[in-house]
Amino acid sequence: MMASSYKDEDGHISVSGSGAPAGAVGDSLRSKKPENTAFKQQRLPAWQPILTAGTVLPAFFIIGLIFIPIGIGLYVTSNNIKEFEIDYTGVDVSSPCFDCSQKLSWNSTRPCTCSITFQLDQPYESNVFMYYGLSNFYQNHRRYVKSRDDSQLNGNEESLRKPSKECEPYGKHSNKPIAPCGAIANSMFNDTLELFYNEPNGTRVQIPLTATGIAWWTDKHVKFRNPGGENGNLTAAFQGTAKPVNWRRPVYELDADPDNNGFINEDFIVWMRTAALPTFRKLYRIIQRRNNLLPTLPRGNYTLEVVYNYPVRSFEGRKRMILSTISWMGGKNPFLGIAYITVGSVCFLLGVVLLIIHHKYGNRTNGADISH
Amino acid sequence: MARESEDTGMAKASKAKRQRKKKPKENKTRTVHANIHYDNAKGEENPNRHYASNKIKTTKYTLLSFLPKNLFEQFHRFANVYFVFIALLNFVPVVNAFQPELALAPVVFILSVTAIKDLWEDYRRHRSDKEINHMDCLVYSSEDKRYVERCWKEVRVGDFVRLRCNEILPADVLLLSSSDPDRLCHIETATLDGETNLKQRQVVRSFFDLDCDFDPLKYSSVIECEKPNNDLNRFRGYITHRSGRRDALYKENLLLRGCTVRNTEEAVGIVIYAGHETKAMLNNNGPRYKRSKLERQMNVDVFWCVIILLVMCLFAAIGHGLWMFQYGDRRPVFDVLSPEGTDLSPIMSAIYLFLTMIIVFQVLIPISLFVSIEIVKICQVYFIHQDMDLYDEETDSQLQCRALNITEDLGQMQYIFSDKTGTLTENKMVFRRCTVAGVEYSHDANARRIAMYQEIDSEEDECMSHGGTLPRRDSVTSHQSGRVVLRSHSTKSHRRTGSRAEAKRASILSKHTAFSSPMEKDITPDPQLLDKVNECSSQMDFMRFHRQPMSQLPSDLSDIIDFFIALTICNTVVVSSPNQPRHKVRTRFGLKSPVKTIEDFIKRFTPSRLTSGSNSSSSSSLNRSSNKGCSSLLSSPSAESTLTKLNEEQLSGTLEHAFTPVPPCYDEKASGTPEEGELRYEAESPDEAALVYAARAYKCSLVGRLPDQVTVELPHLGKLTFELLHTLGFDSTRKRMSVVVRHPLTDQITVYTKGADSVIMDLIRPSETGNSKGKRQKKIFCRTQNYLNLYAADGLRTLCIAKKILSKEEYARWLQRHLEAETAIQGREELLYESALRLETNLHLLGATGIEDRLQDGVPETIASLRKAGLQIWVLTGDKQETAVNIAYACKLLDPDEEMLTLNADSQEACAVLLEESLHYIQAKVFCSSGDQSKTFQNNVAHFEIYPSSSLSTSSSHTAHFLVHRLGLVIDGRTLAYALDRSLEDKFLAVARSCRSVLCCRSTPLQKSMVVKLVRNKLKVMTLAIGDGANDVSMIQVADVGVGISGQEGMQAVMASDFALPRFRYLQKLLLVHGHWCYSRLANMILYFFYKNAMFVAIVFWYQFYCGFSGSAMIDQWYLIFFNLMFSAFPQLITGTLDKDVSEETLQQLPQLYVNGQNSEEYKPYMFWMNMIDAFYQSLVCFFIPYFAYADSDVDLFTWGTPITAIALFTILVHLGIETKTWTWMNWLSIAFSVALFFTVALCYNASCPTCYAPSNPYWTMQRLLQEPLFYLLCTITPVAALLPRYFYRACQGTLFPNPVQAGRQLDKLPSDTRRNILSLSRVKMGSPLSPEPPFLSLNKSKGCQKSTSGSRASQDKQGSVLQTNKEKVPKTPLASSHSEKHLSDVYPVAPSEQDLSPYTSPQLSCQPKPHSAKDSDCLDETLQPSDLSLSSWNASTPLVTQTDAVHLNLPPDGPSQCVKYTRSSEEGLCSDHVVQPAHRTVQVAEQALHTAL
Repeated sequence: MMASSYKDEDGHISVSGSGAPAGAVGDSLRSKKPENTAFKQQRLPAWQPILTAGTVLPAFFIIGLIFIPIGIGLYVTSNNIKEFEIDYTGVDVSSPCFDCSQKLSWNSTRPCTCSITFQLDQPYESNVFMYYGLSNFYQNHRRYVKSRDDSQLNGNEESLRKPSKECEPYGKHSNKPIAPCGAIANSMFNDTLELFYNEPNGTRVQIPLTATGIAWWTDKHVKFRNPGGENGNLTAAFQGTAKPVNWRRPVYELDADPDNNGFINEDFIVWMRTAALPTFRKLYRIIQRRNNLLPTLPRGNYTLEVVYNYPVRSFEGRKRMILSTISWMGGKNPFLGIAYITVGSVCFLLGVVLLIIHHKYGNRTNGADISH
Repeated sequence: MARESEDTGMAKASKAKRQRKKKPKENKTRTVHANIHYDNAKGEENPNRHYASNKIKTTKYTLLSFLPKNLFEQFHRFANVYFVFIALLNFVPVVNAFQPELALAPVVFILSVTAIKDLWEDYRRHRSDKEINHMDCLVYSSEDKRYVERCWKEVRVGDFVRLRCNEILPADVLLLSSSDPDRLCHIETATLDGETNLKQRQVVRSFFDLDCDFDPLKYSSVIECEKPNNDLNRFRGYITHRSGRRDALYKENLLLRGCTVRNTEEAVGIVIYAGHETKAMLNNNGPRYKRSKLERQMNVDVFWCVIILLVMCLFAAIGHGLWMFQYGDRRPVFDVLSPEGTDLSPIMSAIYLFLTMIIVFQVLIPISLFVSIEIVKICQVYFIHQDMDLYDEETDSQLQCRALNITEDLGQMQYIFSDKTGTLTENKMVFRRCTVAGVEYSHDANARRIAMYQEIDSEEDECMSHGGTLPRRDSVTSHQSGRVVLRSHSTKSHRRTGSRAEAKRASILSKHTAFSSPMEKDITPDPQLLDKVNECSSQMDFMRFHRQPMSQLPSDLSDIIDFFIALTICNTVVVSSPNQPRHKVRTRFGLKSPVKTIEDFIKRFTPSRLTSGSNSSSSSSLNRSSNKGCSSLLSSPSAESTLTKLNEEQLSGTLEHAFTPVPPCYDEKASGTPEEGELRYEAESPDEAALVYAARAYKCSLVGRLPDQVTVELPHLGKLTFELLHTLGFDSTRKRMSVVVRHPLTDQITVYTKGADSVIMDLIRPSETGNSKGKRQKKIFCRTQNYLNLYAADGLRTLCIAKKILSKEEYARWLQRHLEAETAIQGREELLYESALRLETNLHLLGATGIEDRLQDGVPETIASLRKAGLQIWVLTGDKQETAVNIAYACKLLDPDEEMLTLNADSQEACAVLLEESLHYIQAKVFCSSGDQSKTFQNNVAHFEIYPSSSLSTSSSHTAHFLVHRLGLVIDGRTLAYALDRSLEDKFLAVARSCRSVLCCRSTPLQKSMVVKLVRNKLKVMTLAIGDGANDVSMIQVADVGVGISGQEGMQAVMASDFALPRFRYLQKLLLVHGHWCYSRLANMILYFFYKNAMFVAIVFWYQFYCGFSGSAMIDQWYLIFFNLMFSAFPQLITGTLDKDVSEETLQQLPQLYVNGQNSEEYKPYMFWMNMIDAFYQSLVCFFIPYFAYADSDVDLFTWGTPITAIALFTILVHLGIETKTWTWMNWLSIAFSVALFFTVALCYNASCPTCYAPSNPYWTMQRLLQEPLFYLLCTITPVAALLPRYFYRACQGTLFPNPVQAGRQLDKLPSDTRRNILSLSRVKMGSPLSPEPPFLSLNKSKGCQKSTSGSRASQDKQGSVLQTNKEKVPKTPLASSHSEKHLSDVYPVAPSEQDLSPYTSPQLSCQPKPHSAKDSDCLDETLQPSDLSLSSWNASTPLVTQTDAVHLNLPPDGPSQCVKYTRSSEEGLCSDHVVQPAHRTVQVAEQALHTAL
């Protein structure tokens, strides 16, 4: 031990050990005997599960028994959700929007409108959520996702004048800073959708669409802020900035409502939350239930009026309008219910297999085969 | 993957380089001048200025250089470079994936952890450097003309330093003066080599005659010596005086730095080497770096990970290029232009993306893996250190792990190479019996005494185990005096006290003396011999009184007295008295230096001197002592006694001039302690001490030793002083030592030689034929040889004692050449060796001694269980064959009923023939035993081809086990030398590997290491070498794992080892338990690591298909980077540190489980790929369940990615849970902590800043998610779906084909008494020596531990019956148990899958039906007795001469055991027809070797 401590210190003579008596007393008399504690002797009380057919069996059955009912519940819930989807891209020649889709580009100045009629077979109770859906639109592209300036969107004056370099090449336009800068903002969805109910008598009733409450509360109130304070003049605040290249109007003219204008425009906020997958939908409007007795959207014919501004042909994208009710688990998606049922059934099945194995071979392995 | 040796080599090379730089102008030697002559001159003129100063600096860094240097060192590790490269890649805008600063975080974290560790270590070094540099010592100052206090660091080469008692030497100092009247200086070298006995150092010869005060000012000599080197035992040079006279310098003149001056009041020396050039510093080359097998394997898989990474990146890059390409010129809005607004071509973006992907997927190469492994290993080492079972109460020492990074290798050992003496045995030498002049004295009483000690020991052991810890140590301390405390740091002196019982009995005082346990000390003399000694000495006394020449003494009596004199003086034992520890007893009568010059010789040995010379010599000594005004000698009574003695001497006449009766109080110390028992002997080796103690038992005791004389006290004769002319020390080539003395009674120059019998017997003077004396000589010779063989057969160490009387002329002739040899600088060792050879010839045999070296506690059990664990144990010893074989039997290394192949050849050809023959024999044995099963036969024959080295290297470790038979191989050193020849080594290996045990006797240290190297390199197996002495060092260094026993032979072995054990038996727990645990823990952790990273990265990879291969990640970069480092790091560390697959008890009781590690069962190459596949499956599940759940929804990128992160975390943790075998509260805590940490960090991070953390900007994401039921639903189903296959597989595996480890775990589950029954049962089975097949033991859980009570009635009944058999079985004898065993195995079907578990099974038998084997083991118990008898008869009947003339094939009438002994010399032909018989039938002798005599 002496020798090793000598080694440990890289060649030093351990002074206290060999020279000074005073120092040596304590060291030499302390026994090196390890302490007899459960931890140090690696004898902590422990649970030692052994995975065999017999021991695992209950787990499989329990999982199966829990998952299958959950799955059925989810499936039923999902099926109760009503959803209607209409593609208005206008790829087909027969489509009313075909013309618009053909001639439209980012540079065109004149808006093109088209209207599509459709029929709802079922009445939609409660609040109906109106989405626009895009397909093949890679909002999750790495460079696209980065192309924004959060501090500009938060109303930071300095960033407003001098957008972050992440926004490049959508940061400046003719030496003026772009507000809001970046590719996300630049590619904002700008179709206008309006919904009309065609009453059986032929009159078209416009269905009131609520444009607020569609964004996350925290986004609207914390993350996004207009420059120049709460009640400042937006036009003045955005003085000296340029609108994004693809935009028709500057950011301070997005909405007449001052609480929904500028950076805190909810359509804008929703768009800025980049979608996870190339086929996505974004909440566009909410159709609030007015009357408790009447369905929000009664059965019947509807007309969708589209101001067709957003070109998707360049990437073979599709544009959809979706009407949906929601439940506690969100929109219509039977997948999770099916998944639960499947996994539950598989577990149950495997449980049965294990039971057979256990029954056939368990006797032998109930104990242990120790070979020598 | 390269072996570690390069690293140390590099270190040495760099060190050497540094030295070279410091002294550019130096030639082959170093010249040292005294500094005092240059002090006034300018520094540049000092010839010593180029030498290193004494300031030591072991720190690697300075404050300034720390950062660059440490970073530079860390970047030597390739992984670090890789991670930094990736982090830096992030700073390139086109390819960056993460925020550059963030990407740096893990690398910086890893680097800084290491840096802090290094810094702390360096600071510790710095502190101790400082402490040492500022220690005080006395240096002569030429200005003050006196010695002044200086710090160590100010000492320079060429300074004169004055050393006081108990001071530590500041540098390597050449001893110029000593206050000791003999010009000696005693030093303790415990810090250098751990040896606690004092070493004597002598003043340089030219300064020998100086008076007591050495005046530095008068010094004007120049020293020429070797350049600094690290050989502690070598120092050569010469000192040139102004007169031109040259004197040689020896290692005896050099005091080494770090040693402590003892027993010497003052010494002065000149500094020769200082600081880093001292031998102590050069010897210290830091801890060893080894890479374990597991790590090498892991590196291969890291390499595979890199390839997987590159493939994934390449795939993504191509995908991205195609994705870009499909859009052509219609650039979509989401495809962002480069910041400059230019378009990127698909190819360019593919290339950029490749780099980006490397960053994103970097996690696949686990950055934290290396750090985690290090942490886990440190914890493992900590636990091994803490193990109480590896603590040796008696020596207060525990296991030391000196190499921190090869703990898991302990679980994978396949071959153990063990030293014998001190490793298997206690190295506690007990004198057992002796033969003098052909008469044997059996010392029966002594044997009884030793037996009694053993009994007491075992009783004490029991007491100890019941009584718990004893307050022994405390009680000891309370008695200790200050001085005792001062010395008590050297734990090694405790070591001497032997067994526990003795340790308790040992007095405080005995601690200061080496080799002095009561068992070794208190020899009971043989009454017959004692009488003879008494008779003899009284006769001599009578003769002396009557002035008769001593030659008239009957020769047998004179042999007896010479025998004891030789025992007493032919050694290097130093005498000290207990009251004044380490103060030698002075018995000086006249000062005579050893003969050093021819003139001296002539002066002292001319006849005139014999009449009148004593006068002059005594007067000179008188003058000298009176000159010594300052000497303490004068003031002591001894000076007066010298005077009186001198008078007496003159009176007593010519022949007895050196003899004196004991003066009443010539020495205060000796007279203060009248009983000789109080004298303590310090010996360099325990057998020396044993012999001295033995002689003392016959009243022939050593009372004093000085460099020039030895004093012996004899009954009736009183104290006799032998003038010691020369000591030719022991070395391993000569295997003997001699002293040349002048006998005080006869005044003849006598050589006493003591050494190994094989050497001494060859040197005995051939007896003249004809006369009666010659006949008697011959008779003595033969008898002694006989007794020697008998001793060896008893496992005793034998030593022969011989003497030789030199005539003055012979001596003068020899002396002439010896002196030449001594003064030579070049080749001095060889010359001295030759000189010794010239002297040690024509000896007269006196007798021989048998010393017992007791086996250490538990060695047979340890060897048995290690062997059951599948380890091949080879014993490599320097002992003679018979001794080694007997020890091997004693420790169950060789089985009485296994065949033994003995290879003794005396030429290369004979060796080749022998090997060939043995191979044939083994082959034939396989042939016969395989019987009708031709299939296995085919296999076996194939294995017995002699492997060319190429095919050997390909053969896997399994075959090593496959081949082993019940054969023992014994080979001696000479044959080994032939067998290790390149042409024969393959054959030798082929023979050796098919033997169950191999015993190499008479092997040199070099051979030991060659054997280890051969086995390691050729068989590609993991080797462990264990030894305790300096002769094992090379073997320890060569092996994969070197274990040192911190035993009696100094610390060299420990210094060279990776692990140091207090006792051999601890090896069992170290390997079987800790080795197994460390291996399985680490293997599982590494596999888990690969899985974890692959699984996490693959999730991101699947996403690339949905983001246009743009390198986007839905997992927030924070999570991505810290996932490994923080969220999932702790549980695996806990599991890697604490997980126990099988309990310690079961591992020790079922050593078979060790095979698991040997075959690398826990971590096989395919397992890596299985884990990878599982990882990919799991990642698919973890990706696609959230994908479909959120398909076509309004979810945003990171709101979708966060649940995936959580899911991945849960999956990874539950996966770990499945793999965890032992759940302690720490496992639960760590998992809970991980989950909590993730959510806490996520919540804080998501709430902290609304605008930061671009681009993910995860503000309030987690908070929102936690409100959604979908999140919880996802977190439930995904881990379940992901882990379903693995869980199911594990369950099926556990039931359908459980591996032995699982069986062991199930055993753990049983209630302790049931388990004990089962294990005791299995032990009985395993203990039966010839059990031909691995018996399967079907166990049943007892009803008590079964949870379900509603099992089917039938099965319950069955269990009940088994339980019953269990119960009735237990009290039965082993014989009965095999019956019930048969019963058991009949009741339950036997799994065929586990048959190759036991490596020692003959493969052909394992296929036989069960009942047969049961019968076999039945017969076996019956045959055991006869075979035992046969062994003993063999032992007795075989004349154990080194070279026998016949083959001894002694077989019991009906038993499968045989002993084959081949002995063959070169000119022999051979017939190799083997008669072959089935093993279980009565075997006819297969005899094939014929032999000649010498």
